[in-house]
Parts: sequence; C-alpha cells; structure tokens
Amino acid sequence: MSFNTKKIKKNAFRITKDREVTALRIRVPGGHINAKYLSLIKEIADEYGNGTLHITTRQGFEVPGISFADFEEVNKKIAPILEGMEKEIGVKIADPREGYPAAGTRNVSACIGNRVCRYSNYDTTEMAQQIEKNIFPNDYHVKIALSGCPNDCIKGHLQDFGILGMVEPIYHQERCIGCKACVDNCHKRVTSALSFEQERVLRDEKRCIGCGECILQCPTNAWERGEQFFKVVIMGRTGKKNPRLAKPFLKWASRDVVIAIVNNVYDYIERHIDTSLAKEHIGYIVDRTGYPKFKEEILKGVELNSECEIADKINWNGYQTGEKI
Amino acid sequence: MGFNFSENGFNQLLESLNQDYQIYAPVRKKNKDSFSANDLITYDLIKSLEEIELTVKSKYSAKEIVFPIRETLFHFVEGEQFIASDTDDKYIIFLRPCDRNAFKRLDKIFLENGPEEDIYYKRLRENVKFFVIECTSGFDSCFCVSMESNTVEAEDYAAFLRFEENGVSCEVNDQDLAVEFSSQAEEIKFEPQFIEKNKVEVKLPDREKLTNEVFEHQLWTEYSQRCIACGRCNTSCPTCSCFTVKDVLYDENKKSGERFRRWAGCHIDGFTEMAGGHNFREDYGDRMRYKTMHKIYDFGERFDFDMCVGCGRCDDVCPEYISFSKCINKLSTIIEEGV
Repeated sequence: MSFNTKKIKKNAFRITKDREVTALRIRVPGGHINAKYLSLIKEIADEYGNGTLHITTRQGFEVPGISFADFEEVNKKIAPILEGMEKEIGVKIADPREGYPAAGTRNVSACIGNRVCRYSNYDTTEMAQQIEKNIFPNDYHVKIALSGCPNDCIKGHLQDFGILGMVEPIYHQERCIGCKACVDNCHKRVTSALSFEQERVLRDEKRCIGCGECILQCPTNAWERGEQFFKVVIMGRTGKKNPRLAKPFLKWASRDVVIAIVNNVYDYIERHIDTSLAKEHIGYIVDRTGYPKFKEEILKGVELNSECEIADKINWNGYQTGEKI
Repeated sequence: MGFNFSENGFNQLLESLNQDYQIYAPVRKKNKDSFSANDLITYDLIKSLEEIELTVKSKYSAKEIVFPIRETLFHFVEGEQFIASDTDDKYIIFLRPCDRNAFKRLDKIFLENGPEEDIYYKRLRENVKFFVIECTSGFDSCFCVSMESNTVEAEDYAAFLRFEENGVSCEVNDQDLAVEFSSQAEEIKFEPQFIEKNKVEVKLPDREKLTNEVFEHQLWTEYSQRCIACGRCNTSCPTCSCFTVKDVLYDENKKSGERFRRWAGCHIDGFTEMAGGHNFREDYGDRMRYKTMHKIYDFGERFDFDMCVGCGRCDDVCPEYISFSKCINKLSTIIEEGV
C-alpha cells in the first residue's frame, strides 16, 4: 500500500503501530456535542473501526481500527459532522466530504461553562467555537482551552493559551448586611482579596482574580455582577522537553483582546518557526525568540481595553530532567 | 371605581404619577443575578409598564424599600447627635397580595410591637401607596392560600390592577389618585380576583399541641446537616424584620461617625452572639426551628395572624433545596402523630 502519510495526517488520521491500520480524530469544538452525532460516530466505529472509541484529552473522539483502504469512505461518512459541528459555527471547509482539512491546530476545548456550571463567568463553548472559527483549519500546532473561571477545570494551565473567565465584582455597601460570607470565602478558598473594615467590605484589586465567588456568596446581591473579562495564561505544556505550567500573560482582558491575540499568533509562528523540525510547538518558539518579542508581535494592532494588565516579564521555569529523577 | 387603560393610557398614567411618586415594581435586570447570564428579578424604580416583570416572582420582596437593608439612624459629631435626614419622597409600590400582606406583618413589628413606634420605618411607610397586582395563578412554590394571605381588603390598597394582553384594568380606592386615573381611562366595573388554590398546600400544626417537646425532635437534626447558614431565606423573606445596630467612627475624626442599622438573619452566624463570645444557637437545625416557630407560631400568638405569608421565596433561593413549606408539613405530621 502506498500513500502520502503527511497528507493523511493532516486529514486527522493517525499512523498507528499496526501496519495499514489507522485511527480517525473527531473534533468537538467547545467540548459540547449534539447527541445525534454520537450515533453516527458509533456507526463508523462499528462499520469501519473495531467497535471501540477513545475519548481524547482535548474532548474529541478517536476511532481506532480503521483500515487505510477505507479512509476516503470514512471521510464521506463523517461529512455531517463537518457540516454540523464545523461549518455550522462558521469554519471554512471547502468540501465536507473530503474529511478534516487540517490537524495541526488542535480542538479548542472548553469546560462545561455557564450553560450548566454556577461558577462559570461566561459561555465557554460559544467562545471556543468562535475561536475555532477564526483559527481552524490551520497546520500550526496550537493548543487552546477555555475555562469559565479561574478554577481552570479544563486545565488551561497546560495549554499554549489558557483562557479563564473573570468578572468584575461591584460592591454596593447599601445592600451589604455584613455577614462576611464573601470575605470568609475569599480568605479560605480564593486569594484573600477581601477584608472587612469600618463595617464594609474592601476589595484589594491587586489580589482579586475576578473569580466572582463573592457575587455567588452574597445573600443580598450586594456584589453586582459587573463586566466580563478574561485572564490569559500562556505557554504551559507537557511533553518530554521542559514541561511546565502556563503563566499569566493578560489579566482583565476584554473578549475582543483575547480573540485578537489568538488570531495574531499564527503570523508570529510563521515568522519564527524552525522548519527543520517536523512540527515545532509554539512554546518552544517563544523560548527561542524570548517573551518580549512574542509580546510585541502578538499585541500588534491589538487595541487593549483600559483595564487590561500585561505581564512585563515571564519566567516559566518548569523543570529540566537532570541526572537524578 | 373601576377603570380600563390601554397600554399607552397606562403609560401616560405612570408618567403623570411619576411627577409626585417614586414608583417601584418588580423588574428584570439582564444578566445581573448571581450566576452569570441569569437575570435578576428584583424591585426597582420604573417609568413604564414595559419595565414591570410580571411573569416571574421577584427574588427579593418590596420590603427593602420601606425597611432598607442598611439605614443610617443618626450622625454624631463630638457630643451632638443629628437624626438622619428624612425625604419628602412619596412612593407607589406594585406588589402581589402576599407581599401586601407581608407589610401588615412589618407594620405590627415596627409600629405595634412595643411602647414606641419605629420612627424610621414609620416615616417611610406613611408615604407609601400600594398598587396590588392581581395574582390568580401564583408560582410553583407559593402557598399563600394556606397562610390566608392570598386576599387583600379594599382598605389595604390604593389601586388593584389586572394586567391584560392589551392594557390594564383596575380599581382605585385612593381618592387622591382617582382624578389621575379617571382622566386617562374609561370607567368599567371591576371585581378583584384572588388565587384560590396553590400547587403547594401547607397544613399548619395545631397550636394547642405544639409544645417544647418538639424542640428536641430529630426533624431539626436533618436541617443541622442540610442548612449551610447562608441566610438567603432571611434576606428574601418579605416578613423577616430583624436588624442589628452598629456604629462607625469616621477615620478622619474619630469623634464623629454614624449609627446605622442593617438586616440581620437568624440563620446567619453572629445572630445570637453575645458579649464574651457566647452563642446560644450555634446549631443550624436549631436556627431552622427558631425561624419556623417564629413564622408559624410565636408571631401568631402575639398578633392575630401568622408571620409567614407563603410567598415561597425561601424555597426558591435555598441553595440546599430546603423547603419551608415541606418543613411546616413535616412538623404538622409529627404533631398529629404525637412527638
């Protein structure tokens, strides 16, 4: 059997251990799927695969055990998924019957968000789908995940871009009964940004992470849900070389700013990627160019909202494997 | 006297009433409830009919207009005191029968519960006219019929309004307002309607059989486990009227400051804290018992009716899904079957 492995990998099929057997990755932008597609995925697994499914860490499905001989047929079969889950949200796909047009930029994942979760500050799936629309299809390897709040249940701290929902809490002293539920909770579970002095609550804006817990705790809505913002943590990664957690890049960024910087990242990669490697992840490119260069280029043409704070320097640390464990 | 308004006509009436009154009604505040993307239904000033939210129960009642959450009582400077200034504002409050009846409870507490009237409550209360919203179907958690607060006597409202598809029908009792009403509408015959059956029915325990023995019942232990003492049942209640008094000394001059009062709630930590840090109702189940007894026993012993009006807001807001109506029914069963 002869085929172009590079082409087929871009088509979201994997070269597996077993000769002539492949596996197909199905994206689920925003991690939320209409249940009707599950029966189609089941059909593919039963008909072309080995009847099993792997749930990926990025909230997609991988269908193993497909014969390479069938990949064109499988592509035709998944057309409704590309139509309904990609084209529908605005992703440009020339011909849905030819399978996924790229695989480099990974599925944009999201926690369950405010469609369900009480802590979430926004609709993560909806915003993930907007980002998917802007950046997919694309061959560059970029990982993005969205969390509704700084709990970061989607583990945005292990992504190139972790986008965490924030909200500005607005205090109305005239509605406060001084129960201190917000203050105690902030002290025990968050960052101790709140204190109670002179029979009123004070918020230390430097410590506040905009999680919105004070709003949730308040029995009188003395904390008003203000504007929605985002914290963006960047260049976290697993992997063999220097795994590390992402570090804060932006705080109190508006949605427009977040969307704009994500769009800008592809030009930056284009300019600096090491093409001698099969694929270079963006974090390693930033290691090479340095954070100041990354910052300068990614903010090009971006109009920052007045509340937005930007990291001056970032030192990711992480760890390097030495002689001992 | 009955009237019928078109939507336009009613808006003209509101416009003219707005010259002399601050008009409060339940409104929908987009995306302003605690959870993101949820609307907050609460009381606020309105100017037009369209702003009034009639499809959902308000999270908080109209209580806070007349009994503000935080209210300055007096200011003090060096050795002198000044009563917090009064306003000349007059108010119209749109509210359902249960909430109108809740004000009867507040009136008892603030005006008839001791040798002195509460001047702060009184001076606001005197300037209020009630516009009762006809309510014939209620909401899922309501039990006003069981608490006999589903009806309102004509003397207890300035106007009684039925909101219809193309306008508003109403009855006006207040002579000051009758002129305003009649100039904007056609006269009709109007008969107020009241809800006669709620989805939830509550059987009140027999007072005679309610003894201190029930204090020890395991019914309350269940709430010790379930209640988290957040106090939402207190703050959403239209009849909870407890407050605490505090002084604040201003940083700039420690000899000046203010004394204010603000809502307190029997479920909230600190409610029973005394000098020396003693706290005689630590257990959350005991707090539930105390509240229950006050709402459906103690108040009724002192006055002629129970305190609870069956609006069901405490059920709606409890994050632990504790139902007060269910609690009353459980208590009744226990009393019936013998403690």
